[in-house]
Amino acid sequence: MTTNALQLEDVRKSFGNTAIIRGVNLAIPKGERHAIIGPNGAGKSTLFNLISGRFPMSSGSIKLNGEETGGLKPFQINRKGLSRSFQITNIFHNLSVFENVRCAVLWSLGYRYSFWHRLDSLKDTKLRAEEVIDSIGLGHLRARPAGLLTYAEQRALEIGITIAGGADVILLDEPTAGMSRSETANVVELIRRVTAGKTLVMVEHDMGVVFGLADRISVLVYGEVIATDTPEAIRANPAVQEAYLGGLHKDGPEDGHA
Amino acid sequence: MAATLRYRPLNLARWVIWGTTALIMAVLPIFFTQGFAITLMSQMGVAIIFTLSYNMLLGQSGMLSFGHAVYSGLGAYFAVHALNMASKGQLWVPVSLLPLVGGLAGAVFGVLFGYVTTKRAGTTFAMITLGIGELVFSCSLMFPDFFGGEGGVTTNRVFGKPFLGVTFGPAVQVYYLIAFWCLVSMALMYAWAHTPLGRMANAVRDNPERAEFVGYDTQKVRWYTLIISAFFAGIAGALGVINFEIVTAENVSAVRSGGVLLAAFIGGVGFFFGPIIGACVFVYFVVALSDHTKAWLLYLGMFFMLMVMFAPGGIASLIMMQVQLVARQRFGRIWRHYLAAGASSLLVLAAVILTVEMTYKVSVDSSGGTLMKLFGVEFDAAAAGPWAVAIGLWIVGGWLFNVTRKRVSQVYGEIQAEFQQGRP
Repeated sequence: MTTNALQLEDVRKSFGNTAIIRGVNLAIPKGERHAIIGPNGAGKSTLFNLISGRFPMSSGSIKLNGEETGGLKPFQINRKGLSRSFQITNIFHNLSVFENVRCAVLWSLGYRYSFWHRLDSLKDTKLRAEEVIDSIGLGHLRARPAGLLTYAEQRALEIGITIAGGADVILLDEPTAGMSRSETANVVELIRRVTAGKTLVMVEHDMGVVFGLADRISVLVYGEVIATDTPEAIRANPAVQEAYLGGLHKDGPEDGHA
Repeated sequence: MAATLRYRPLNLARWVIWGTTALIMAVLPIFFTQGFAITLMSQMGVAIIFTLSYNMLLGQSGMLSFGHAVYSGLGAYFAVHALNMASKGQLWVPVSLLPLVGGLAGAVFGVLFGYVTTKRAGTTFAMITLGIGELVFSCSLMFPDFFGGEGGVTTNRVFGKPFLGVTFGPAVQVYYLIAFWCLVSMALMYAWAHTPLGRMANAVRDNPERAEFVGYDTQKVRWYTLIISAFFAGIAGALGVINFEIVTAENVSAVRSGGVLLAAFIGGVGFFFGPIIGACVFVYFVVALSDHTKAWLLYLGMFFMLMVMFAPGGIASLIMMQVQLVARQRFGRIWRHYLAAGASSLLVLAAVILTVEMTYKVSVDSSGGTLMKLFGVEFDAAAAGPWAVAIGLWIVGGWLFNVTRKRVSQVYGEIQAEFQQGRP
């Protein structure tokens, strides 16, 4: 039996008396592109925060490549090969695009807390950072402070920072949120390119993106996974239509997220 | 455009800048030969190291510390004891290497205290540093054997045989020792800012959460940075020992910690050279101005307030704004307005000085009569005439300054708008 890239068993999370995640089981094999969908407030972002170590679980087990990561800090989980992006852009605003990406490759190339290397003499970090910047299409903006980029550019940088360290499990939290149709198409292309050969888990509201990218889809409703299946089967699943897709049409697809 | 930026010429510029700095430090005592000037420059050298080490925390890593004097002060205490032991022959350490003793002591306490303080960032960090500062200060009164009690610990920097004629007796020899350590420390702290740890300190300052998600333990980044910063603070402390030959509880006090915060802010925490300027200005205020007027602390406070309100980026950011204007050939359009604003601000300054000095004379210093001398003019501070002049200066200066200041910001705004539209 091959180990899954991610394996969640009976994961639960409560804030006070409010149960947000109520026993999630999920098995994502290596190399799969997996989307998590569900109505607002279903707990998608919370689930990401549990997997990436931002919040501790209340109970349950999360295994990354067969190794338990519950109770680990975010940086420990990151070093084991899981990297994530954020729904609200989370970059180093005062640093240039190049410095943003270089910061994201330092640990993975083994420079740790070094104060005896001169950054500009580290060819490997420079090459790797340049490669990532080119792959996200920001080569012409490498010297610009990240805080001065446009929203779409910042979102691309966000993805660049996420993949730069070479993690093999990538979590993307609403990568196309707030984007125009043409920008969305570009981002989908970008995601496809930079996550080739990796395991991708993403939370996404845009159904076009989800059905275009995902190998399999999980539907999260009120903290529980009600279905995990291929896009076709999910589309045909009456329970999903009732709980989510139907509701979506009533509320409009862009409802509720800024 | 940006992608084709070349870095080679910058490296050359770097050598020129460091070479010029070294040259200036070397020739300064030739032009300023009075004992007072030498002492002033020595103190500036010490303050530069201390303020730069402080800015490793504040500007580079976003850690607002209210207790940085703990590290320079404890470094100073260990250095003074090492010096006393060395002069008795109990320890081998030449005066020229004494700063290393202070630096190591500072770093050791950085390891100890830093482990506690850097557990948290932001306001919590600031509060804990305040607490540790008070703790160490109260210890200095509780353990008089080590801290010397009220009188402090005294020493003599001259002992043993002179080495190549150098005894460190004359102040100018001490100046060169301080200048050497100042230059080395500046270069090392500059280099630190361009290492992986230094860059991640910037990243942790900007966005600690993101730093965690690219594999970095932010507490460790802060802790290691603080240890290195404490090392340089200790070097500054030990150089202060050589300069003054005395260490008192004041060296670890909150006043000293607050002073370095002021110096860093005045100079500007956003640029590497900001704290260097800030340290020089601060020392000038403390040493030179205190010789001229009893109200020097009031002037320092007002200056600090003005800087925080109108130039929160400090002197360094004001300089960089002009560099941008010069580089893009707009300075010719604005310098006349600067001149006008500068002249009218001198009127306001005269009004401030006249008011402050007369108030001091009348309220604090009137036992010997109220006659006083200011700018070479003798007058009676209790008479109505000088006060009328002061009020006149306030009104005219204030009005002129307001007009000229608005003109400057208008022209500056126009130029910035042109930059925004992408004109060359």
